[in-house]
Amino acid sequence: MELGRRNAPIRRRSRLLPADGVLGPHRVARARRLLPIYALLLPGLLLYGVWAAYPLISSFILSFTDWNLVKPTSFVGLDNYTRALGDPLFWRSLSSTLGYTAVTVAGQLILGLGAALLLNQRIPGRSVLRLIYYLPVITSWVIVSLVFLYLYNGQAGALNWLLNDVLGIIDKDIAWLAEPSTALWAIAILGIWKGIGWTMVVFLAGLQSVPDDLYEAASMDGAGTWARFRYITMPFLRSTSTFLLVVLTIGGFNAFISIFVMSSAATGTIGGPLNSTDVALTYMWKQAFTEIDLGYGAALSFLLAGAILAVSVIEFRMIRRQEAT
Amino acid sequence: MTALGRRGRPGRWLAFAIAIGFALVMLAPFALMVSTAFKEHAYVLEIPPRLIPESPTLDNFVQAITTNDFGRYFLNSVFVATISTILSVTLASMLAFVFARYEFPGRRLLFAALLFTIMVPGLVLLIPQFVLARNLGLLNSLWGLIVVYSVLNMGLNTFLMRGFFAGMPKDIFDAAQVDGAGPFRLFWSVALPLAKPGLATVTIFSFLAAWDEFTWAIVTIADRELYTLPVAIRLFQRANGTEWGLVFAASLIALAPVLVLFVALQRHIVSGAFQGATKG
Repeated sequence: MELGRRNAPIRRRSRLLPADGVLGPHRVARARRLLPIYALLLPGLLLYGVWAAYPLISSFILSFTDWNLVKPTSFVGLDNYTRALGDPLFWRSLSSTLGYTAVTVAGQLILGLGAALLLNQRIPGRSVLRLIYYLPVITSWVIVSLVFLYLYNGQAGALNWLLNDVLGIIDKDIAWLAEPSTALWAIAILGIWKGIGWTMVVFLAGLQSVPDDLYEAASMDGAGTWARFRYITMPFLRSTSTFLLVVLTIGGFNAFISIFVMSSAATGTIGGPLNSTDVALTYMWKQAFTEIDLGYGAALSFLLAGAILAVSVIEFRMIRRQEAT
Repeated sequence: MTALGRRGRPGRWLAFAIAIGFALVMLAPFALMVSTAFKEHAYVLEIPPRLIPESPTLDNFVQAITTNDFGRYFLNSVFVATISTILSVTLASMLAFVFARYEFPGRRLLFAALLFTIMVPGLVLLIPQFVLARNLGLLNSLWGLIVVYSVLNMGLNTFLMRGFFAGMPKDIFDAAQVDGAGPFRLFWSVALPLAKPGLATVTIFSFLAAWDEFTWAIVTIADRELYTLPVAIRLFQRANGTEWGLVFAASLIALAPVLVLFVALQRHIVSGAFQGATKG
């Protein structure tokens, strides 16, 4: 036993590194150089391959089947995809996703940049303020969803109290999450509030690359606040903004937990009221796990991934064109 | 002199006032959560909402810990988040180091494949991961959570860490190589110690992601005693409806460790954590 175990590595090694006579000294040196490199990659790629790459491929294959755990699975070609393209509820969920993404990305970019510009100055209590802005980022989606569920309460919520009793903007209490016209936007406000801090931190890192003396020189030449921002800060933030735009867009398309938790608690159905908060992922979730239409759910998820990829490419292109002009 | 603050005091004080106002808006939901956690049940939906409870009580916290097993869920979350963070950060750093500093066959393809999963929604993988976990006996098990959470951020972590390793001066690696150090030694004793800000960043992101993960946990965990905090808190709210004091007391217990971790590591995160990403 002992002997066998000690021999094993030697045998394996000799297979990977053939004797000089077989492949020549050059190949041996190359293998010897590459072996530790692949050894460093192996554990990560193995875990990744089993739990991400393999599920991805198998999900892709399943999207061409009628897999539903009940009857035996058979290939249905492109049926799931053509069905999705003719499914009005899918299109509706996709357009809700786009609306949610547009609003949350714009909100996070504008307010995150504003917060970064404020904190990039020598104002008192900077680190405390930074922590406060960042607090929603480190709080879990489940918790913030419950907090906003509480704030949005239709009868005695703090938001109704503020808007109705204090400010008088509305004249009767609104059930924010049970009203089809407001529910998705109420959830989008949570999305913005939660993401401002992260956007700010990335912008702050980007602002470090702006040399201070440029501002000083510009001020000497009489440039005002806006001119300094427009002609010095903005160009330096271009790659940061691109990165943020793409990452935040992907985040918007992935909105799920807040909608799942809030819509089911406020209306009893995921995506309610009246499908008004159904985004791509909640719709996919219901097809896969409520209807147990797993093949269809998989097809929906790849259509969504395609949409994310397309939007990311468009965003990159737009920014590059802007740079060229 | 910076972009906003015009020379001198008035501008800076205006910026300070705006920053404070904004902070109050950001804090308001937390303030209400904290105060509600200390309120008796009868007062949780009072109008006008009172920031300082009239008769503050610790009952909610006591009840959450003693009668609802939140101690158990807390330990589950600590176990899962810690192990998966160690795995994810270690493996992603190894990948990132090799991608940043070595040329080898398959490099571009492997890196592109890693990045592709950042684009793909996690739910795409959910169904096949579920089947895989069932076949491997990892359903309803904390280890089933750990393997998936380790992979969750692998793409992003590798991307961020690669930026750090790529930005390191070539000379230090050359010097160590002359001394006969191979890739393992270079990685462990040269590259890693220099990458501490990057490590702090990916550590806290991975820990947060694992600590907060909800979807995979509700799909795979069936036994009560294996719940993690997000699952427990959500089901707790479902079961108790308007017992907001209890719900928020449990939420605060769940929030405490990540707050501590963040305060401890925040210096590194802000000091250029994203330079690797934005320089790409």
